[in-house]
Amino acid sequence: MRNAIWNYKLMNETHPTPETLDREARAQLEALETIGLDNLKNRDRLKIPPQNMPAQEPGVRRLNTREVTLGYSDAQARVEALRCLQCRNAPCVAGCPVRIDIPRFIKACAAGDHDAAIAVIKENSLLPSVCGRVCPQEVQCQEHCTVGKSLKDIGLAVSIGRIERYVADHERETGKAQPPPVKPDTGKRVAVIGSGPAGITVAADVRREGHAVTMFEALHKPGGVMMYGIPEFRLPKDIVRFEIDNLRRMGVEVRPNFVVGRTRALHKLLEEDGYDAVFIGSGAGLPKFMNIPGENLVGVFSANEYLTRCNLMRAYDADRADTPVARGRHVAVLGGGNVAMDAARTAVRLGAESVALVYRRTRTEMPARVEEVEHAEEEGVEFHLLVNAQKIIGDEHGQVRAMECLKYELGEPDDSGRRRPVAIPGSEFTMAVDTVIVAIGNDSNPLLRQTTDGLDSNRWGNIVTDENGKTSLDRVFAGGDIVLGAATVILAMGEGRRAAQSINNMLKPI
Amino acid sequence: MGHKIMQRRQLADEVVQLTVEAPLIAAERRPGQFVIVQLNDDFGERIPLTIADADAKSGTITLIFQTVGKTTHLLGDLREGDTIANLLGPLGQPTHVEKYGHVVAVGGGIGGAPLYPIAKAMREAGNRLTVILGARNRDLLILDQEMRAVADEFILCTDDGSAGRKALVTEPLRELCEATHAPDLVVAIGPPIMMKFCAETTRPFNIRTVVSLNTIMIDGTGMCGGCRVSVGGETRFVCVDGPEFDGHKVDFDNMIQRLGAYREHEDVAHEKCHLELQANERNASDT
Repeated sequence: MRNAIWNYKLMNETHPTPETLDREARAQLEALETIGLDNLKNRDRLKIPPQNMPAQEPGVRRLNTREVTLGYSDAQARVEALRCLQCRNAPCVAGCPVRIDIPRFIKACAAGDHDAAIAVIKENSLLPSVCGRVCPQEVQCQEHCTVGKSLKDIGLAVSIGRIERYVADHERETGKAQPPPVKPDTGKRVAVIGSGPAGITVAADVRREGHAVTMFEALHKPGGVMMYGIPEFRLPKDIVRFEIDNLRRMGVEVRPNFVVGRTRALHKLLEEDGYDAVFIGSGAGLPKFMNIPGENLVGVFSANEYLTRCNLMRAYDADRADTPVARGRHVAVLGGGNVAMDAARTAVRLGAESVALVYRRTRTEMPARVEEVEHAEEEGVEFHLLVNAQKIIGDEHGQVRAMECLKYELGEPDDSGRRRPVAIPGSEFTMAVDTVIVAIGNDSNPLLRQTTDGLDSNRWGNIVTDENGKTSLDRVFAGGDIVLGAATVILAMGEGRRAAQSINNMLKPI
Repeated sequence: MGHKIMQRRQLADEVVQLTVEAPLIAAERRPGQFVIVQLNDDFGERIPLTIADADAKSGTITLIFQTVGKTTHLLGDLREGDTIANLLGPLGQPTHVEKYGHVVAVGGGIGGAPLYPIAKAMREAGNRLTVILGARNRDLLILDQEMRAVADEFILCTDDGSAGRKALVTEPLRELCEATHAPDLVVAIGPPIMMKFCAETTRPFNIRTVVSLNTIMIDGTGMCGGCRVSVGGETRFVCVDGPEFDGHKVDFDNMIQRLGAYREHEDVAHEKCHLELQANERNASDT
């Protein structure tokens, strides 16, 4: 039987249905309204039950590619928003990379004024539907939430991200999401390289000021990592397409199949093609490998390749897609970040019999979002913690057959403050696998660096910028992963905002 | 949108030459570079094809390919006036062209296509150019006229002797290496097994041998790492570090295994594609 099930308990555990959660939330809201929403004291608010996110049942979702979480209902969003204490010092805002006025949008949502709520978010963020889904809230805004602190559990903080997602989805689904107004044409032109979160942000912010914007994308579809990397089950592609279409409606020209540095040199954009400024947001995009024996065997993939085949090239749809993907029976994923979770959960959906996630620290140190780790576990991904791959072993055809691993224990804290994993001598063991996916991060892509004279980068290959996002080249700015190293959507967006501001200042008529 | 096909020529059995409108690529491309071709946005695969020639003035590039799989087959089935949806390039590091002295360019089968612009550039840089061109038989020969025209010395061989010498390309290559004035540089492009044996032929003579690799790729810009090869024990990406490498350092056996990773899928898809094309033809003749 395909899809042997490893963890019956988790996989068959049923969760309350969306209908039940909504019914409960309505009852809770009604009860709170009898007290009077304006009369709620902090101790009343702390007693409001945290709203669970409705989700597809694990046993069901592991057989489809649809979005796992289903989103709050109106009542759920309002009840969750009512848990917010409206702290005057707003510690959550300090935790937000783009400083969204969180208490203000939550207050509007609690009052049922979702239009006002989304308007507040959009003062600072361009991609709330995306960030509400993929931001690591538990280490950003929600980490500092007073509710979580009072209840002595970060997991019980106000679910700021879920409320953000609700008001953003509500706006889009009710047809109210309009592209921002654009000022009259200034005659200035800006080239944006890359169409991921950083590029989208710059394109919108610069276009708003009336400058013409061309967004160049190397792949055939715009959206960057949101298209090729993050799977549909975590971020529906319709949302990404919607954001790109919004840019087009603002008058941004999108040029796919155009790799700046090769199709056209960067300096020619400025010197010959009439662009007044360039923003580089080309992303990380050069997968790291472990540098262990056997890593080039057939059946070893970077997570980028594995996910790109499935997401961008749609290999999960084997009947229609021309691009194949390895449908391994026994899959090992190396790494503990979001990309590792995405790869492991994709392998589950492609019908693997077992998926082992191999990580050399413990669950506490995993950089992945807590929700993704829980979802992966519910879907049957086995966690092999304090374990690292040493060697991949192949058969006579060069196809992966097994992986030799070593066990670790936690030692003294290292520079990052995390306890350093120390190998246990003699603890080698072998794991039978036919597919290995390496998800240990990305280095910066060398293409622009190689083809652009005078563009300074650091020893990791990341482009160096000043505090305004300006590079060593005149009129050239950069932001996102190409500057930060592999980070998050929201950080890339924050970087984009800053660079766009600098570009707009530079192009302002004197 | 898309790139219009200006001219289509059947060069040999299963070998097609397309001249495609792509002004930006035509202006920027240099010998040794390639493009990524995709026929359909949603479900089409992305395949790398080398640029056999380009004309910056008319804004066209020339692609030569063998119809070996589904995508190349569909591509070969296109007519003049049809369009290719997506074309990305020029990609990869251009060939390092300078005056080496005596350059021997070895082309096998479809490898003649990427070799031609390199050979031409080597000759233009003032090198003495010997071209060894090989094919299984005379019907599979491509670019022999063009190569003959640019070479100082031209050696033709076929496996069955139906044209030129009955020999593998490594035979004349060895003779050249043994000559008093051995080549200063060998550039070998063709099937992986041919490149491997060309590198083995020149190794004892310590003659620098450049090979151009055509591995499985998706994006072609360094993002996926699917094209990686082992060169001198280090992992390198064909798309951004290559496509040309020192033939004496490439682990060809590993590369050949990796090229076969999807063979089963490819065979099924190719077979299905043939059946569909046949069905289409039948339907067309019925109506």
